Amino acid sequence: MKYMLLIQSASAETADAADECTVEDWIAYDKEMREAGIWVSGESLADLLTATAVRVGRDGGRTVTDGPFAETREILGGFYVIDVPDLDVALDWAARCPGARGGGSVVVRPVAEFGG
Amino acid sequence: MGDRAAGGGAPVASVEAVFREEHGRLLAALVRRFGDLDLAEEVTSDAIEAALTRWPVDGVPPKPGGWLMTTARRKAVDRLRRDQAFAARLAILQVEAERAAPTVDVAQGDLPDERLQLFFTCAHPALPAEDRGALTLRCLAGLTTPEVARAYLVPQATMAKRIVRAKKKIREARIPFRVPGADELPERLPGVLQVVYSIFTEGYAASSGPRLQRLDLAEEAIRLGRILRRLMPAEREVAGLLGLMLLIHARRDARTGPDGELVLLDEQDRGRWDRTMIEEGRGLVPPALTGGLPGPYGVQAAIAALHNEAATLATTDWPQIVALYDVLLTLTPSPVVALNRAAAVAMRDGPEAGLALLDGLADEPALRGYAPYPTARADLLHRVGRLTEAAAAYREALGLAGAEPERAHLRRRLHAVEQPGA
Repeated sequence: MKYMLLIQSASAETADAADECTVEDWIAYDKEMREAGIWVSGESLADLLTATAVRVGRDGGRTVTDGPFAETREILGGFYVIDVPDLDVALDWAARCPGARGGGSVVVRPVAEFGG
Repeated sequence: MGDRAAGGGAPVASVEAVFREEHGRLLAALVRRFGDLDLAEEVTSDAIEAALTRWPVDGVPPKPGGWLMTTARRKAVDRLRRDQAFAARLAILQVEAERAAPTVDVAQGDLPDERLQLFFTCAHPALPAEDRGALTLRCLAGLTTPEVARAYLVPQATMAKRIVRAKKKIREARIPFRVPGADELPERLPGVLQVVYSIFTEGYAASSGPRLQRLDLAEEAIRLGRILRRLMPAEREVAGLLGLMLLIHARRDARTGPDGELVLLDEQDRGRWDRTMIEEGRGLVPPALTGGLPGPYGVQAAIAALHNEAATLATTDWPQIVALYDVLLTLTPSPVVALNRAAAVAMRDGPEAGLALLDGLADEPALRGYAPYPTARADLLHRVGRLTEAAAAYREALGLAGAEPERAHLRRRLHAVEQPGA
């Protein structure tokens, strides 16, 4: 059984610069997990400003908004990773996801590419 | 631009004006070529700068667009040689862009018009709403960042940050440069039109500041509307939007008095309306309304046209205007549309009828804190002689109004009801 760990970052306004963890902390953490034999897969999500939300109303109409917003403290129900050419294709998949209906939303966040 | 005489001596200012049009075309073609907005912007500026130096001396080349494109591509190659990591990332983007839609080689001809894709990218719903207009002005109207900052009355550094942030999202979230397919278009086109119209309304009724109208901004919006109309001649709402903007903008000179104060439609000197612009706007109403259910811009353009066609307020075709507001209410039900409809009903059936409709809107949350609502009530209360209530409503509106000319107008009307006959 695998688990996903969700990392909630503080916003730029509330982050305490003196208490920020360093790249070294992350490397150490990663190393610890690997040495414990529990590491399966991990990705860093790109900066929060790259996120986008899709909502589908009862009439099937789609609303795509810049997200997330302060008032939407939604609990993430799960995730998929898909490989598609661009954001519009990803949004199409998001709009077809059942999680986008019934007042829910699917937030599409690109995975950061390093060293490209 | 090929008809300009070669051989130099062209005044630099006019050369720059020509480039404002060419800027968007070149940028769009380069974005298509490289799949990267930053690189495209950088080399577009470089190429135009080179043309500004060279053309007055060497003469305008026979294919100016091809010259600019070739120059820009050469600059891009230089940039990529300097920055290998960037080049590697770009190569991936390019391969995918080619896969999505093969690039046409335009070095030999003039530039293909690929601005429509850029319109859709800049107005993408995944971008923050407040950045879409700025990005559109920057990329498609060819405004510099300081010019965009001035247009929105924000500090240059703030605007620069917003544009960088928007471009970062386009790049890192990989918002595509493409025109949505026919199935998606009805969902996405309103967003593009909304961006252009919001630029227009910001220019037309500045949300703050000493001046009521920022005509340069309204004119940029009209210019963008014209480009869209050329790119999408079959889209009725594009015709409707351009028509609406022209019909409103035709009244610009009559809309402010000698001291910059607001002059409303009922008091405007209709002789100062721009007849040529009205004719152009009116010509867009039939294509906007013909062939199926009309859209909200087309209906609003039709309403504006009826106002512009009337010689006086009294001879305006109010029954037809009320009927169009009925249509608009079904298309875009909103308390603001209902408010405008009530004002038209007051003109058709008398102030009492309008007041009754306005009172029915009193509990609308969308109208709370919206100055036009108490202003409309005050005007009608004044007309039926309920002066104390009219004065109270004007005071309420004064507490809400933003731009100084609008406030001066309200003070004048308040004064008129407090001292009738003065």
